[in-house]
Amino acid sequence: MARFLFSRFLQSVIVLLVMSFVIYGLIGLMPGDPIDLMITADPKITAMDAAHLRELYGLDESIIKRYVYWLSAAISGDFGFSRLYAQPVLPVMWSAVLNTIILLGSSFALALLIALPLGIVAAMRARTCLDYGVNMLAFAGISIPQFWLALMLIIVFAVVLGWLPAGGTAAAAGVEGFWENGRYLILPVISLTIASVGTHTRYMRASMIETLRQDYIRTARAKGLSEWQVVIGHALRNAMIPVVTVIALDFGYLFSGALMTETIFSYPGMGKLIFDSIMGNDFNLALIALLFATALTLCGNFLADVAYVALDRRISLAELSE
Amino acid sequence: MNRVAIMGETPAQLVWGRFRHHTLAVVSALVLVALAVAVLLAPVFEMSMGLDANTVDLFNRFRAPTSGHPLGTDELGRDLFLRLLYGGRVSLLVGLVAALFATVIGTAVGLTAGYFGGRMDAFLMRVTDGVISLPLLPLLIVLAAIDLSKLGLPGTITESESASLYRIIAIVALAGWTTVARLVRASTLSIKQRTFVMAAVAQGGGPIRIMSVHILPNLASTIIVATTLAAGNIILLESVLSFLGLGIQPPLPSWGNLLTNAQEMIWEAPLQAFYPGVLIFATVIAFNFLGDGLQDALDPRATEDRVD
Repeated sequence: MARFLFSRFLQSVIVLLVMSFVIYGLIGLMPGDPIDLMITADPKITAMDAAHLRELYGLDESIIKRYVYWLSAAISGDFGFSRLYAQPVLPVMWSAVLNTIILLGSSFALALLIALPLGIVAAMRARTCLDYGVNMLAFAGISIPQFWLALMLIIVFAVVLGWLPAGGTAAAAGVEGFWENGRYLILPVISLTIASVGTHTRYMRASMIETLRQDYIRTARAKGLSEWQVVIGHALRNAMIPVVTVIALDFGYLFSGALMTETIFSYPGMGKLIFDSIMGNDFNLALIALLFATALTLCGNFLADVAYVALDRRISLAELSE
Repeated sequence: MNRVAIMGETPAQLVWGRFRHHTLAVVSALVLVALAVAVLLAPVFEMSMGLDANTVDLFNRFRAPTSGHPLGTDELGRDLFLRLLYGGRVSLLVGLVAALFATVIGTAVGLTAGYFGGRMDAFLMRVTDGVISLPLLPLLIVLAAIDLSKLGLPGTITESESASLYRIIAIVALAGWTTVARLVRASTLSIKQRTFVMAAVAQGGGPIRIMSVHILPNLASTIIVATTLAAGNIILLESVLSFLGLGIQPPLPSWGNLLTNAQEMIWEAPLQAFYPGVLIFATVIAFNFLGDGLQDALDPRATEDRVD
């Protein structure tokens, strides 16, 4: 098990390194460069000065060389300066990371709380009206444009009803307290949750139906257990294994959703930070934020691998004791 | 059902018979056809209404629906109904073209991985899973923001009006191929085991010939299903990027960029934010239902495995 996890960890590190080069290269392809930004800030810079500055900052070097410079600085902890926030990149990131973890964590938990029971019930009542209803809802969740759903939520709950704020955070509005913080989170969390509930429900349903066809389930039923005892006590653990794997692959999708949600609700998290830094030509910040988002997703995938192993082990232990 | 009657049917009739019972898929197909016809007829509507989709009329901003403007007007006094139709042309065109590109890439990857197996399979599927697990939207935003002239593309392409169209098609196709690759790989793995493929191998057929002549035609149903499902996702992705201002550039309308300004105008014209989203929603869910129905109809064995 340790070997499996170690090799997965190593793979994640390699993916991160490859992605750092890809992202570095892509950022270099964005319009303009740091010297262009200096020129717009100081009109007295001549073309000769600009060429000289490019040489001074090493911008005339090859991309490989520049990447190696950047990487060695980054490894020693120097991630550069943010242009938009006029301070080192890392402090800008931490609060955004924290906010995003709060947003993603709560909507991930909420999505599972809704999707798993729905999927299980739909599987138990497969091919009934209930199953078709759940299936319809799941398809609707998958197909709805998330940003539009967010807009509609704002229209209904902020504009028409006036119950909830249309965006921002409690801190920005100058109010405090747990309830106030929560109020600002409700709409972003809901719009983020609905997008993943659909896929998770379908995974859970498909996996549970597959599991309920196994021989040991027939044995459990023959023993005279109630249907719920069979599902919760015997089928659920096994049915969860494929679900955990596919849900793990959805972390990146969840993060994409966070970018949209945060941008629409002006929630100061990683997604909004990435969007703003790309739009504002803040190369250093964009690079680190994108890498960090990638790292966060890889972390999520890795945690899912751990969960997978844990589930798997419990099963093998259970098999041994039976 | 009567077994004798079934035996007398052609494969196409069998597929149609199964598809017909999938009410949602049939309705979805009709909705998609209706949408396609409506957006193709946009110029006809334009002429019959005596309006132009791009005429700005600042004295008639945010008008409520009237007989002249069935859905009212937008922030520049343009007719919303016509804008939606023309936006649909772009969104559906991007969706279909990009879905075709995604299918070509995905089929190539999935077929190669499935046919050769072993290390090739492990490598290609690792890459596919890697792409799926990445936070795609942030990366696509960078792709949408890069300066094409830095890639050495000639100015005639980068500065042309359709540049945003080509770029968005390339970008969303790059994100959409993964599902196709996985579905095609799974089918290839099972087709590879059939005797006619083994016979072809025994006769000395090379991998390229076997893949293209013997396996590819048998992948048709998988590819149709995968393309349909990919089209839905791709339309969704295009709308997101256009909404964020990184996809289709105004004045060329798309369902996504019609929503770009909607957030600022929520207080004045909430309905304006409603229509484009409903159309995206309807199109995407129709593609998804259609894909699901086609899967049941074209590949009944897969469905039997899936459900009871």
